Amino acid sequence: MSQSIITPPGNVELETRDLSVLYGPTRAVKHVSIRIPDRKVVAFIGPSGCGKSTLLRCFNRMNDLVPGARVEGAALFQGRNLYGGDVDPVDIRRRIGMVFQKPNPFPKSIYDNIAFGPRINGYRGNLDEQVERSLRHAALWDEVKDRLDQSALALSGGQQQRLCIARALAVEPEVLLMDEPASALDPIATQKIEELIYQLKQDYTVVIVTHNMQQAARVSEYTAFLYLGELIEYGPTEEIFTNPREERTESYITGRFG
Amino acid sequence: MSGGDARQRCSGCAVAGGAHPAAQRDERRFRPRLRARARFGVVFQAVTLVATLIGVVVLAVLLADIIADGSGRLSSDFLRHNPSYLASRAGLRPALFGTIWLMLITAVVAFPLGVGTAIWLEEYAGDTRFKRLIQMNIANLAGVPSIVYGILGLAVFVRAFALGRSVLAGALTLTLLILPVIIIAAQEAIKAVPGSIRLAAYALGATRWEAVRHHVFPLALPGILTGTILALSRAIGEAAPLLLIGALAFIDFVPGSLTDQFTAIPIQIYNWVSRPQQPFQELAAAAGIVLLILLLGMNAIAIVLRNRYSRKH
Ligand SMILES: Nc1ncnc2c1ncn2[C@@H]1O[C@H](COP(=O)(O)OP(=O)(O)OP(=O)(O)O)[C@@H](O)[C@H]1O
Ligand SMILES: [Mg+2]
Repeated sequence: MSQSIITPPGNVELETRDLSVLYGPTRAVKHVSIRIPDRKVVAFIGPSGCGKSTLLRCFNRMNDLVPGARVEGAALFQGRNLYGGDVDPVDIRRRIGMVFQKPNPFPKSIYDNIAFGPRINGYRGNLDEQVERSLRHAALWDEVKDRLDQSALALSGGQQQRLCIARALAVEPEVLLMDEPASALDPIATQKIEELIYQLKQDYTVVIVTHNMQQAARVSEYTAFLYLGELIEYGPTEEIFTNPREERTESYITGRFG
Repeated sequence: MSGGDARQRCSGCAVAGGAHPAAQRDERRFRPRLRARARFGVVFQAVTLVATLIGVVVLAVLLADIIADGSGRLSSDFLRHNPSYLASRAGLRPALFGTIWLMLITAVVAFPLGVGTAIWLEEYAGDTRFKRLIQMNIANLAGVPSIVYGILGLAVFVRAFALGRSVLAGALTLTLLILPVIIIAAQEAIKAVPGSIRLAAYALGATRWEAVRHHVFPLALPGILTGTILALSRAIGEAAPLLLIGALAFIDFVPGSLTDQFTAIPIQIYNWVSRPQQPFQELAAAAGIVLLILLLGMNAIAIVLRNRYSRKH
Protein backbone atom coordinates (compact mmCIF):
# COMPACT_ATOMS: atom_id res chain seq x y z
CA MET A 1 0.00 0.00 0.00
CA SER A 2 2.75 2.43 0.95
CA GLN A 3 4.27 2.13 -2.53
CA SER A 4 0.98 3.44 -3.89
CA ILE A 5 1.66 6.70 -2.08
CA ILE A 6 4.79 8.31 -3.44
CA THR A 7 6.91 11.12 -2.13
CA PRO A 8 7.26 13.61 -4.96
CA PRO A 9 10.71 15.07 -5.59
CA GLY A 10 11.41 18.70 -4.75
CA ASN A 11 10.65 20.85 -1.74
CA VAL A 12 7.67 19.82 0.34
CA GLU A 13 5.26 22.73 0.68
CA LEU A 14 2.38 21.04 2.44
CA GLU A 15 2.34 17.78 4.30
CA THR A 16 0.02 15.80 6.49
CA ARG A 17 1.11 13.10 8.90
CA ASP A 18 -1.45 10.57 10.02
CA LEU A 19 -4.08 13.28 9.73
CA SER A 20 -7.66 12.54 10.67
CA VAL A 21 -10.68 14.82 10.75
CA LEU A 22 -13.71 13.92 12.81
CA TYR A 23 -17.16 15.40 12.64
CA GLY A 24 -18.50 14.36 16.00
CA PRO A 25 -17.95 10.61 16.13
CA THR A 26 -17.55 10.07 12.38
CA ARG A 27 -14.10 10.11 10.87
CA ALA A 28 -14.32 11.90 7.52
CA VAL A 29 -10.57 11.82 6.84
CA LYS A 30 -8.69 8.78 8.08
CA HIS A 31 -4.98 8.76 8.87
CA VAL A 32 -3.89 10.54 5.72
CA SER A 33 -0.19 11.16 5.10
CA ILE A 34 0.57 13.08 1.96
CA ARG A 35 3.31 15.39 0.70
CA ILE A 36 2.56 18.21 -1.68
CA PRO A 37 5.53 19.65 -3.56
CA ASP A 38 6.30 23.30 -4.06
CA ARG A 39 5.02 24.98 -7.26
CA LYS A 40 3.18 22.03 -8.60
CA VAL A 41 -0.47 21.34 -9.17
CA VAL A 42 -1.89 18.46 -7.16
CA ALA A 43 -5.38 17.16 -7.82
CA PHE A 44 -7.57 15.43 -5.23
CA ILE A 45 -10.07 13.06 -6.78
CA GLY A 46 -12.53 10.60 -5.35
CA PRO A 47 -16.22 9.90 -5.07
CA SER A 48 -18.55 12.39 -3.45
CA GLY A 49 -18.30 12.44 0.32
CA CYS A 50 -14.87 10.81 0.44
CA GLY A 51 -13.33 13.72 2.33
CA LYS A 52 -11.61 15.79 -0.37
CA SER A 53 -12.99 19.13 0.81
CA THR A 54 -12.42 18.23 4.42
CA LEU A 55 -8.79 17.37 3.77
CA LEU A 56 -8.33 20.53 1.73
CA ARG A 57 -9.73 22.68 4.53
CA CYS A 58 -7.10 21.34 6.93
CA PHE A 59 -4.40 23.18 5.02
CA ASN A 60 -5.77 26.65 5.75
CA ARG A 61 -7.50 25.71 8.99
CA MET A 62 -10.95 26.42 7.66
CA ASN A 63 -12.09 23.34 9.56
CA ASP A 64 -11.67 25.49 12.68
CA LEU A 65 -14.81 27.26 11.55
CA VAL A 66 -16.87 24.11 11.14
CA PRO A 67 -18.75 23.43 14.37
CA GLY A 68 -17.95 19.99 15.72
CA ALA A 69 -14.97 19.34 13.44
CA ARG A 70 -11.85 17.98 15.17
CA VAL A 71 -8.43 17.43 13.67
CA GLU A 72 -5.99 14.73 14.81
CA GLY A 73 -2.46 14.20 13.61
CA ALA A 74 -0.32 16.86 11.99
CA ALA A 75 -0.50 19.14 8.99
CA LEU A 76 2.65 21.00 8.06
CA PHE A 77 3.25 24.07 5.95
CA GLN A 78 6.88 24.54 4.98
CA GLY A 79 7.78 22.21 7.77
CA ARG A 80 5.85 24.05 10.47
CA ASN A 81 2.91 22.41 12.22
CA LEU A 82 -0.22 24.26 11.13
CA TYR A 83 -1.96 23.17 14.29
CA GLY A 84 0.82 24.21 16.64
CA GLY A 85 0.00 26.55 19.46
CA ASP A 86 2.09 29.37 18.01
CA VAL A 87 0.30 29.39 14.66
CA ASP A 88 -2.25 32.08 13.96
CA PRO A 89 -4.90 30.82 11.52
CA VAL A 90 -5.46 34.38 10.30
CA ASP A 91 -1.84 34.51 9.13
CA ILE A 92 -2.06 31.04 7.61
CA ARG A 93 -5.13 31.93 5.60
CA ARG A 94 -3.42 34.89 4.00
CA ARG A 95 -0.51 32.70 2.97
CA ILE A 96 -2.67 29.77 1.91
CA GLY A 97 -5.55 31.10 -0.16
CA MET A 98 -8.75 29.32 -1.02
CA VAL A 99 -11.25 29.33 -3.84
CA PHE A 100 -14.60 27.75 -3.12
CA GLN A 101 -16.77 25.48 -5.19
CA LYS A 102 -19.53 28.04 -5.56
CA PRO A 103 -18.43 31.54 -6.52
CA ASN A 104 -18.91 33.67 -3.40
CA PRO A 105 -18.09 37.28 -4.26
CA PHE A 106 -18.87 39.88 -1.63
CA PRO A 107 -21.98 41.87 -2.53
CA LYS A 108 -19.80 44.90 -3.14
CA SER A 109 -18.08 46.46 -6.11
CA ILE A 110 -15.59 44.50 -8.17
CA TYR A 111 -12.85 46.78 -6.92
CA ASP A 112 -13.76 46.35 -3.26
CA ASN A 113 -13.90 42.59 -3.66
CA ILE A 114 -10.27 42.53 -4.68
CA ALA A 115 -9.14 45.35 -2.40
CA PHE A 116 -10.58 43.88 0.80
CA GLY A 117 -7.81 41.33 1.36
CA PRO A 118 -4.90 43.71 0.74
CA ARG A 119 -6.57 46.37 2.90
CA ILE A 120 -7.06 44.25 5.99
CA ASN A 121 -3.63 42.74 5.60
CA GLY A 122 -1.97 46.13 5.60
CA TYR A 123 -0.89 46.21 1.97
CA ARG A 124 1.68 48.96 1.62
CA GLY A 125 1.90 49.28 -2.17
CA ASN A 126 -0.41 50.99 -4.62
CA LEU A 127 -3.82 49.40 -4.14
CA ASP A 128 -5.10 50.28 -7.61
CA GLU A 129 -2.14 48.55 -9.16
CA GLN A 130 -2.62 45.51 -6.98
CA VAL A 131 -6.26 45.28 -8.03
CA GLU A 132 -5.33 45.52 -11.69
CA ARG A 133 -2.51 43.02 -11.35
CA SER A 134 -4.75 40.49 -9.58
CA LEU A 135 -7.50 40.87 -12.16
CA ARG A 136 -5.04 40.49 -15.02
CA HIS A 137 -3.57 37.44 -13.37
CA ALA A 138 -7.01 35.89 -13.17
CA ALA A 139 -7.68 36.76 -16.84
CA LEU A 140 -10.57 39.01 -15.92
CA TRP A 141 -9.13 42.49 -16.34
CA ASP A 142 -10.21 43.11 -19.92
CA GLU A 143 -13.77 42.15 -19.15
CA VAL A 144 -14.20 44.37 -16.09
CA LYS A 145 -11.72 47.21 -16.35
CA ASP A 146 -14.44 49.69 -17.31
CA ARG A 147 -16.79 48.76 -14.51
CA LEU A 148 -14.69 48.23 -11.44
CA ASP A 149 -17.17 50.18 -9.34
CA GLN A 150 -20.11 48.01 -10.32
CA SER A 151 -21.46 45.24 -8.15
CA ALA A 152 -19.64 41.94 -8.43
CA LEU A 153 -23.00 40.21 -8.35
CA ALA A 154 -23.71 41.53 -11.85
CA LEU A 155 -20.93 39.33 -13.26
CA SER A 156 -21.62 35.96 -14.84
CA GLY A 157 -20.89 32.81 -12.87
CA GLY A 158 -17.60 32.22 -14.64
CA GLN A 159 -16.54 35.82 -14.19
CA GLN A 160 -17.50 35.66 -10.52
CA GLN A 161 -15.33 32.61 -10.05
CA ARG A 162 -12.38 34.32 -11.73
CA LEU A 163 -13.05 37.31 -9.52
CA CYS A 164 -12.82 35.02 -6.50
CA ILE A 165 -9.53 33.70 -7.81
CA ALA A 166 -8.27 37.26 -8.35
CA ARG A 167 -9.41 38.12 -4.84
CA ALA A 168 -7.44 35.19 -3.45
CA LEU A 169 -4.37 36.19 -5.46
CA ALA A 170 -4.54 39.80 -4.30
CA VAL A 171 -3.12 38.91 -0.88
CA GLU A 172 -0.20 37.16 -2.61
CA PRO A 173 -0.55 33.73 -1.03
CA GLU A 174 2.03 31.01 -1.44
CA VAL A 175 -0.48 28.23 -1.89
CA LEU A 176 -3.86 28.23 -3.58
CA LEU A 177 -6.45 25.67 -2.51
CA MET A 178 -9.25 25.24 -5.01
CA ASP A 179 -12.34 23.21 -4.17
CA GLU A 180 -13.97 22.25 -7.47
CA PRO A 181 -13.47 25.74 -8.84
CA ALA A 182 -15.03 24.96 -12.20
CA SER A 183 -17.91 22.71 -11.20
CA ALA A 184 -20.54 25.40 -11.76
CA LEU A 185 -19.07 26.72 -14.98
CA ASP A 186 -19.52 26.20 -18.69
CA PRO A 187 -16.75 24.69 -20.83
CA ILE A 188 -15.36 28.05 -21.92
CA ALA A 189 -15.14 29.47 -18.43
CA THR A 190 -13.71 26.15 -17.28
CA GLN A 191 -11.05 26.31 -19.95
CA LYS A 192 -10.09 29.81 -18.87
CA ILE A 193 -9.71 28.68 -15.30
CA GLU A 194 -7.65 25.70 -16.34
CA GLU A 195 -5.35 27.93 -18.35
CA LEU A 196 -5.10 30.15 -15.34
CA ILE A 197 -4.12 27.25 -13.09
CA TYR A 198 -1.48 26.34 -15.61
CA GLN A 199 -0.07 29.86 -15.34
CA LEU A 200 -0.32 29.94 -11.58
CA LYS A 201 1.96 27.03 -10.90
CA GLN A 202 4.95 29.11 -11.88
CA ASP A 203 4.49 31.06 -8.66
CA TYR A 204 2.13 29.05 -6.55
CA THR A 205 1.52 25.63 -5.19
CA VAL A 206 -1.98 24.67 -6.25
CA VAL A 207 -4.15 21.96 -4.73
CA ILE A 208 -7.33 21.39 -6.67
CA VAL A 209 -10.30 19.18 -5.88
CA THR A 210 -12.15 18.04 -8.94
CA HIS A 211 -14.74 15.53 -10.04
CA ASN A 212 -13.67 15.92 -13.60
CA MET A 213 -11.07 13.29 -14.54
CA GLN A 214 -10.11 15.07 -17.74
CA GLN A 215 -9.57 18.22 -15.79
CA ALA A 216 -7.35 16.48 -13.26
CA ALA A 217 -5.40 14.92 -16.11
CA ARG A 218 -5.05 18.24 -17.90
CA VAL A 219 -3.99 20.53 -15.09
CA SER A 220 -2.21 18.48 -12.45
CA GLU A 221 1.23 16.95 -12.10
CA TYR A 222 0.24 14.74 -9.21
CA THR A 223 -3.05 13.16 -8.33
CA ALA A 224 -4.30 11.82 -5.03
CA PHE A 225 -7.20 9.41 -4.96
CA LEU A 226 -9.27 9.35 -1.80
CA TYR A 227 -11.90 6.81 -0.96
CA LEU A 228 -14.08 6.76 2.17
CA GLY A 229 -11.73 9.15 3.92
CA GLU A 230 -8.56 7.20 3.14
CA LEU A 231 -5.78 8.17 0.80
CA ILE A 232 -5.68 5.18 -1.50
CA GLU A 233 -3.17 6.23 -4.10
CA TYR A 234 -0.97 9.22 -4.79
CA GLY A 235 1.41 9.61 -7.66
CA PRO A 236 2.20 11.36 -10.91
CA THR A 237 -1.05 12.12 -12.69
CA GLU A 238 -0.07 10.23 -15.81
CA GLU A 239 0.57 7.04 -13.91
CA ILE A 240 -2.62 7.31 -11.90
CA PHE A 241 -4.65 7.60 -15.05
CA THR A 242 -2.81 5.17 -17.30
CA ASN A 243 -1.46 2.64 -14.87
CA PRO A 244 -3.00 2.83 -11.40
CA ARG A 245 -1.57 0.49 -8.83
CA GLU A 246 -4.70 0.13 -6.76
CA GLU A 247 -7.81 -1.63 -7.96
CA ARG A 248 -10.06 0.95 -6.30
CA THR A 249 -8.33 3.74 -8.16
CA GLU A 250 -8.85 1.95 -11.43
CA SER A 251 -12.49 1.28 -10.66
CA TYR A 252 -13.04 4.93 -9.92
CA ILE A 253 -11.31 6.41 -12.93
CA THR A 254 -12.96 3.96 -15.26
CA GLY A 255 -16.31 5.02 -13.83
CA ARG A 256 -17.32 1.87 -12.02
CA PHE A 257 -18.27 3.78 -8.88
CA GLY A 258 -18.56 7.32 -7.73
CA MET B 1 -12.64 -5.36 -16.11
CA SER B 2 -12.10 -2.74 -18.77
CA GLY B 3 -13.63 0.72 -18.87
CA GLY B 4 -15.88 -0.23 -21.77
CA ASP B 5 -17.33 -3.12 -19.84
CA ALA B 6 -18.07 -0.98 -16.86
CA ARG B 7 -19.94 1.57 -18.87
CA GLN B 8 -22.10 -1.07 -20.48
CA ARG B 9 -23.04 -2.50 -17.16
CA CYS B 10 -23.97 0.93 -15.87
CA SER B 11 -26.20 1.76 -18.79
CA GLY B 12 -27.90 -1.59 -18.27
CA CYS B 13 -28.50 -0.62 -14.66
CA ALA B 14 -30.17 2.60 -15.63
CA VAL B 15 -32.85 0.87 -17.68
CA ALA B 16 -33.52 -1.99 -15.29
CA GLY B 17 -33.41 0.34 -12.33
CA GLY B 18 -35.96 2.75 -13.78
CA ALA B 19 -39.23 1.67 -12.20
CA HIS B 20 -41.46 3.55 -14.63
CA PRO B 21 -40.13 3.13 -18.14
CA ALA B 22 -42.08 5.18 -20.62
CA ALA B 23 -43.33 2.12 -22.49
CA GLN B 24 -45.24 0.86 -19.45
CA ARG B 25 -46.92 4.15 -18.64
CA ASP B 26 -50.55 3.66 -17.78
CA GLU B 27 -52.56 6.83 -17.41
CA ARG B 28 -55.26 5.04 -15.44
CA ARG B 29 -52.94 4.81 -12.48
CA PHE B 30 -53.25 8.57 -11.98
CA ARG B 31 -56.31 10.57 -11.08
CA PRO B 32 -55.08 14.16 -11.36
CA ARG B 33 -58.40 15.90 -10.53
CA LEU B 34 -57.00 19.07 -12.04
CA ARG B 35 -60.28 20.99 -11.85
CA ALA B 36 -60.80 20.32 -8.16
CA ARG B 37 -57.20 21.20 -7.31
CA ALA B 38 -57.36 24.39 -9.32
CA ARG B 39 -60.63 25.33 -7.62
CA PHE B 40 -59.09 24.77 -4.23
CA GLY B 41 -56.24 27.05 -5.21
CA VAL B 42 -58.65 29.81 -6.17
CA VAL B 43 -60.63 29.43 -2.95
CA PHE B 44 -57.48 29.54 -0.87
CA GLN B 45 -56.30 32.67 -2.63
CA ALA B 46 -59.67 34.30 -1.95
CA VAL B 47 -59.46 33.38 1.74
CA THR B 48 -56.06 34.99 2.08
CA LEU B 49 -57.32 38.09 0.30
CA VAL B 50 -60.29 38.35 2.66
CA ALA B 51 -57.99 37.99 5.65
CA THR B 52 -55.89 40.84 4.30
CA LEU B 53 -58.89 43.02 3.60
CA ILE B 54 -60.35 42.58 7.08
CA GLY B 55 -57.19 43.98 8.56
CA VAL B 56 -57.00 46.82 6.07
CA VAL B 57 -60.66 47.77 6.53
CA VAL B 58 -60.45 47.81 10.31
CA LEU B 59 -57.35 49.96 10.12
CA ALA B 60 -59.02 52.33 7.67
CA VAL B 61 -62.11 52.67 9.88
CA LEU B 62 -59.90 53.33 12.87
CA LEU B 63 -57.96 55.99 11.03
CA ALA B 64 -61.08 57.61 9.62
CA ASP B 65 -62.66 57.67 13.06
CA ILE B 66 -59.69 59.19 14.80
CA ILE B 67 -59.17 61.74 12.04
CA ALA B 68 -62.83 62.72 12.06
CA ASP B 69 -62.71 63.19 15.82
CA GLY B 70 -59.36 64.84 16.16
CA SER B 71 -58.49 66.77 13.04
CA GLY B 72 -60.52 69.76 14.16
CA ARG B 73 -58.27 70.14 17.18
CA LEU B 74 -54.99 69.82 15.26
CA SER B 75 -53.24 73.14 15.03
CA SER B 76 -49.89 74.62 15.81
CA ASP B 77 -51.37 75.93 19.05
CA PHE B 78 -52.25 72.37 20.01
CA LEU B 79 -48.60 71.42 19.70
CA ARG B 80 -47.36 74.55 21.46
CA HIS B 81 -49.69 74.71 24.46
CA ASN B 82 -49.40 73.03 27.80
CA PRO B 83 -52.23 70.92 29.15
CA SER B 84 -55.05 72.84 30.71
CA TYR B 85 -58.35 72.24 32.46
CA LEU B 86 -59.87 74.28 29.66
CA ALA B 87 -60.11 72.09 26.61
CA SER B 88 -59.90 75.09 24.30
CA ARG B 89 -56.47 75.99 25.65
CA ALA B 90 -55.08 72.53 26.25
CA GLY B 91 -52.06 71.43 24.23
CA LEU B 92 -49.70 68.53 23.78
CA ARG B 93 -46.34 70.23 24.16
CA PRO B 94 -44.94 68.47 27.26
CA ALA B 95 -46.18 65.09 26.09
CA LEU B 96 -44.86 65.55 22.56
CA PHE B 97 -41.41 66.55 23.75
CA GLY B 98 -41.49 63.87 26.44
CA THR B 99 -42.16 61.23 23.80
CA ILE B 100 -39.40 62.56 21.55
CA TRP B 101 -36.97 62.50 24.46
CA LEU B 102 -38.01 58.96 25.33
CA MET B 103 -37.58 57.74 21.77
CA LEU B 104 -34.17 59.33 21.32
CA ILE B 105 -32.76 58.01 24.58
CA THR B 106 -34.31 54.60 24.07
CA ALA B 107 -32.93 54.33 20.54
CA VAL B 108 -29.47 55.46 21.58
CA VAL B 109 -29.31 52.95 24.44
CA ALA B 110 -31.22 50.04 22.95
CA PHE B 111 -29.62 49.96 19.49
CA PRO B 112 -26.00 49.34 20.52
CA LEU B 113 -27.00 47.01 23.35
CA GLY B 114 -29.33 45.01 21.15
CA VAL B 115 -27.06 44.82 18.15
CA GLY B 116 -24.06 44.05 20.33
CA THR B 117 -25.90 41.20 21.99
CA ALA B 118 -27.08 39.85 18.66
CA ILE B 119 -23.60 39.95 17.16
CA TRP B 120 -22.12 38.24 20.17
CA LEU B 121 -24.77 35.53 20.15
CA GLU B 122 -24.52 34.88 16.41
CA GLU B 123 -20.85 35.38 15.67
CA TYR B 124 -18.99 34.68 18.87
CA ALA B 125 -20.96 32.56 21.31
CA GLY B 126 -20.82 29.29 19.37
CA ASP B 127 -23.33 26.64 20.34
CA THR B 128 -22.73 26.46 24.06
CA ARG B 129 -25.19 25.75 26.81
CA PHE B 130 -24.66 29.29 28.07
CA LYS B 131 -25.73 30.69 24.73
CA ARG B 132 -28.81 28.53 24.58
CA LEU B 133 -29.73 29.65 28.08
CA ILE B 134 -29.47 33.31 27.14
CA GLN B 135 -31.34 32.67 23.93
CA MET B 136 -34.21 31.06 25.76
CA ASN B 137 -34.38 33.92 28.25
CA ILE B 138 -34.46 36.52 25.51
CA ALA B 139 -37.29 34.72 23.78
CA ASN B 140 -39.22 34.61 27.04
CA LEU B 141 -38.49 38.23 27.89
CA ALA B 142 -39.90 39.29 24.52
CA GLY B 143 -43.26 37.99 25.71
CA VAL B 144 -43.31 39.60 29.15
CA PRO B 145 -46.20 42.10 29.49
CA SER B 146 -45.07 45.70 29.41
CA ILE B 147 -46.51 46.47 32.83
CA VAL B 148 -44.12 43.95 34.35
CA TYR B 149 -41.27 45.94 32.86
CA GLY B 150 -42.83 48.94 34.56
CA ILE B 151 -42.55 47.20 37.92
CA LEU B 152 -38.93 46.35 37.15
CA GLY B 153 -38.19 49.91 36.06
CA LEU B 154 -39.72 51.25 39.23
CA ALA B 155 -37.64 48.96 41.43
CA VAL B 156 -34.37 49.23 39.55
CA PHE B 157 -34.14 52.61 37.88
CA VAL B 158 -36.41 54.80 39.95
CA ARG B 159 -35.49 53.38 43.35
CA ALA B 160 -32.26 51.38 43.30
CA PHE B 161 -30.46 53.65 40.85
CA ALA B 162 -32.20 56.64 42.41
CA LEU B 163 -33.03 58.11 39.03
CA GLY B 164 -36.40 59.19 40.33
CA ARG B 165 -39.36 59.64 38.04
CA SER B 166 -37.10 60.99 35.35
CA VAL B 167 -37.25 60.76 31.61
CA LEU B 168 -34.05 58.70 31.81
CA ALA B 169 -35.73 56.14 34.08
CA GLY B 170 -38.63 56.02 31.64
CA ALA B 171 -36.39 55.55 28.63
CA LEU B 172 -34.36 52.84 30.32
CA THR B 173 -37.55 51.02 31.21
CA LEU B 174 -38.68 51.19 27.59
CA THR B 175 -35.21 50.01 26.56
CA LEU B 176 -35.65 46.88 28.64
CA LEU B 177 -39.04 46.41 27.10
CA ILE B 178 -37.85 46.46 23.50
CA LEU B 179 -34.36 45.05 23.90
CA PRO B 180 -35.44 41.42 23.38
CA VAL B 181 -37.29 42.39 20.22
CA ILE B 182 -34.29 44.25 18.82
CA ILE B 183 -31.97 41.38 19.70
CA ILE B 184 -34.16 38.79 18.03
CA ALA B 185 -34.67 40.94 14.92
CA ALA B 186 -30.94 41.66 14.67
CA GLN B 187 -30.12 37.98 15.13
CA GLU B 188 -32.45 37.06 12.30
CA ALA B 189 -30.84 39.69 10.08
CA ILE B 190 -27.36 38.40 10.94
CA LYS B 191 -28.40 34.79 10.37
CA ALA B 192 -29.65 35.75 6.94
CA VAL B 193 -26.14 36.75 5.86
CA PRO B 194 -24.90 33.76 3.84
CA GLY B 195 -22.19 31.70 5.50
CA SER B 196 -20.25 31.71 2.24
CA ILE B 197 -19.61 35.44 2.72
CA ARG B 198 -18.03 34.83 6.12
CA LEU B 199 -15.94 31.98 4.76
CA ALA B 200 -14.78 34.16 1.88
CA ALA B 201 -13.62 36.80 4.33
CA TYR B 202 -11.90 34.35 6.67
CA ALA B 203 -10.18 32.65 3.74
CA LEU B 204 -8.54 35.97 2.90
CA GLY B 205 -7.08 36.23 6.38
CA ALA B 206 -9.79 38.35 7.96
CA THR B 207 -10.23 38.25 11.70
CA ARG B 208 -13.66 37.71 13.15
CA TRP B 209 -13.96 41.41 13.83
CA GLU B 210 -13.06 42.28 10.24
CA ALA B 211 -15.52 39.78 8.83
CA VAL B 212 -18.25 41.22 11.03
CA ARG B 213 -17.32 44.84 10.52
CA HIS B 214 -16.92 44.75 6.73
CA HIS B 215 -19.34 42.07 5.63
CA VAL B 216 -21.77 40.65 8.14
CA PHE B 217 -22.85 43.87 9.81
CA PRO B 218 -23.33 45.97 6.65
CA LEU B 219 -25.36 43.18 5.07
CA ALA B 220 -27.48 42.73 8.17
CA LEU B 221 -27.94 46.43 8.81
CA PRO B 222 -31.11 46.98 6.75
CA GLY B 223 -32.84 44.17 8.61
CA ILE B 224 -31.50 45.40 11.94
CA LEU B 225 -32.81 48.91 11.27
CA THR B 226 -36.22 47.61 10.35
CA GLY B 227 -36.37 45.56 13.52
CA THR B 228 -35.21 48.47 15.65
CA ILE B 229 -37.79 50.83 14.24
CA LEU B 230 -40.53 48.27 14.70
CA ALA B 231 -39.47 47.85 18.31
CA LEU B 232 -39.38 51.61 18.86
CA SER B 233 -42.84 51.80 17.33
CA ARG B 234 -43.99 49.47 20.03
CA ALA B 235 -42.34 51.57 22.70
CA ILE B 236 -43.76 54.87 21.49
CA GLY B 237 -47.31 53.76 22.20
CA GLU B 238 -46.68 52.35 25.68
CA ALA B 239 -48.43 53.99 28.59
CA ALA B 240 -48.57 51.28 31.23
CA PRO B 241 -44.89 50.97 32.19
CA LEU B 242 -44.47 54.74 32.18
CA LEU B 243 -47.46 55.23 34.43
CA LEU B 244 -46.01 52.68 36.77
CA ILE B 245 -42.67 54.39 37.10
CA GLY B 246 -44.51 57.61 37.74
CA ALA B 247 -44.64 59.65 34.58
CA LEU B 248 -46.84 62.59 35.42
CA ALA B 249 -50.18 62.96 33.78
CA PHE B 250 -50.21 66.67 34.11
CA ILE B 251 -47.10 68.76 33.74
CA ASP B 252 -46.57 72.09 32.11
CA PHE B 253 -42.90 71.92 31.20
CA VAL B 254 -40.69 70.13 28.73
CA PRO B 255 -37.85 67.97 30.08
CA GLY B 256 -34.64 69.96 29.92
CA SER B 257 -32.31 67.22 31.10
CA LEU B 258 -32.20 63.47 31.57
CA THR B 259 -33.22 63.72 35.20
CA ASP B 260 -36.31 65.88 34.68
CA GLN B 261 -39.79 64.60 35.13
CA PHE B 262 -41.81 63.96 32.04
CA THR B 263 -45.00 62.83 30.47
CA ALA B 264 -45.66 61.14 27.13
CA ILE B 265 -48.33 61.19 24.47
CA PRO B 266 -49.99 57.87 25.41
CA ILE B 267 -50.28 59.07 29.00
CA GLN B 268 -51.78 62.34 27.88
CA ILE B 269 -54.24 60.45 25.69
CA TYR B 270 -55.17 58.22 28.60
CA ASN B 271 -55.70 61.27 30.75
CA TRP B 272 -57.89 63.07 28.24
CA VAL B 273 -59.92 60.03 27.31
CA SER B 274 -60.83 59.42 30.92
CA ARG B 275 -62.57 62.80 31.20
CA PRO B 276 -66.29 62.93 30.49
CA GLN B 277 -66.35 66.12 28.38
CA GLN B 278 -66.54 65.75 24.61
CA PRO B 279 -63.82 68.32 23.82
CA PHE B 280 -61.25 66.25 25.71
CA GLN B 281 -62.21 63.21 23.64
CA GLU B 282 -61.38 65.25 20.57
CA LEU B 283 -58.07 66.29 22.09
CA ALA B 284 -57.28 62.64 22.71
CA ALA B 285 -58.01 61.82 19.08
CA ALA B 286 -55.83 64.71 17.95
CA ALA B 287 -52.99 63.44 20.16
CA GLY B 288 -53.49 60.01 18.58
CA ILE B 289 -53.01 61.56 15.15
CA VAL B 290 -49.77 63.18 16.30
CA LEU B 291 -48.59 59.82 17.61
CA LEU B 292 -49.37 58.21 14.26
CA ILE B 293 -47.49 60.94 12.43
CA LEU B 294 -44.46 60.36 14.65
CA LEU B 295 -44.69 56.66 13.83
CA LEU B 296 -44.85 57.33 10.12
CA GLY B 297 -41.87 59.63 10.45
CA MET B 298 -39.89 56.90 12.17
CA ASN B 299 -40.78 54.41 9.48
CA ALA B 300 -39.74 56.92 6.84
CA ILE B 301 -36.37 57.31 8.54
CA ALA B 302 -36.00 53.55 8.58
CA ILE B 303 -36.74 53.32 4.87
CA VAL B 304 -34.30 56.10 4.02
CA LEU B 305 -31.54 54.54 6.10
CA ARG B 306 -32.23 51.13 4.68
CA ASN B 307 -32.04 52.36 1.12
CA ARG B 308 -28.87 54.23 1.83
CA TYR B 309 -27.15 51.18 3.19
CA SER B 310 -28.54 48.79 0.62
CA ARG B 311 -27.38 50.98 -2.24
CA LYS B 312 -23.80 50.84 -1.03
CA HIS B 313 -23.62 47.19 -2.03
N1 LIG C 1 -19.91 20.13 8.59
C1 LIG C 1 -20.00 18.78 8.59
N2 LIG C 1 -20.59 18.16 9.62
C2 LIG C 1 -20.70 16.82 9.64
N3 LIG C 1 -20.24 16.01 8.67
C3 LIG C 1 -19.64 16.58 7.61
C4 LIG C 1 -19.50 18.00 7.52
N4 LIG C 1 -18.87 18.28 6.36
C5 LIG C 1 -18.64 17.09 5.76
N5 LIG C 1 -19.09 16.07 6.50
C6 LIG C 1 -19.00 14.64 6.18
O1 LIG C 1 -17.68 14.32 5.95
C7 LIG C 1 -17.53 13.48 4.82
C8 LIG C 1 -16.59 14.11 3.81
O2 LIG C 1 -17.17 15.31 3.33
P1 LIG C 1 -16.45 16.21 2.26
O3 LIG C 1 -17.26 17.42 2.09
O4 LIG C 1 -15.04 16.40 2.66
O5 LIG C 1 -16.53 15.30 0.98
P2 LIG C 1 -16.06 15.62 -0.50
O6 LIG C 1 -15.11 14.54 -0.88
O7 LIG C 1 -15.58 17.00 -0.62
O8 LIG C 1 -17.41 15.42 -1.30
P3 LIG C 1 -17.92 16.20 -2.59
O9 LIG C 1 -17.14 15.69 -3.72
O10 LIG C 1 -19.35 15.81 -2.68
O11 LIG C 1 -17.72 17.66 -2.34
C9 LIG C 1 -18.92 13.26 4.27
O12 LIG C 1 -19.36 12.00 4.68
C10 LIG C 1 -19.74 14.35 4.89
O13 LIG C 1 -21.03 13.89 5.13
MG1 LIG D 1 -16.35 18.80 -1.54
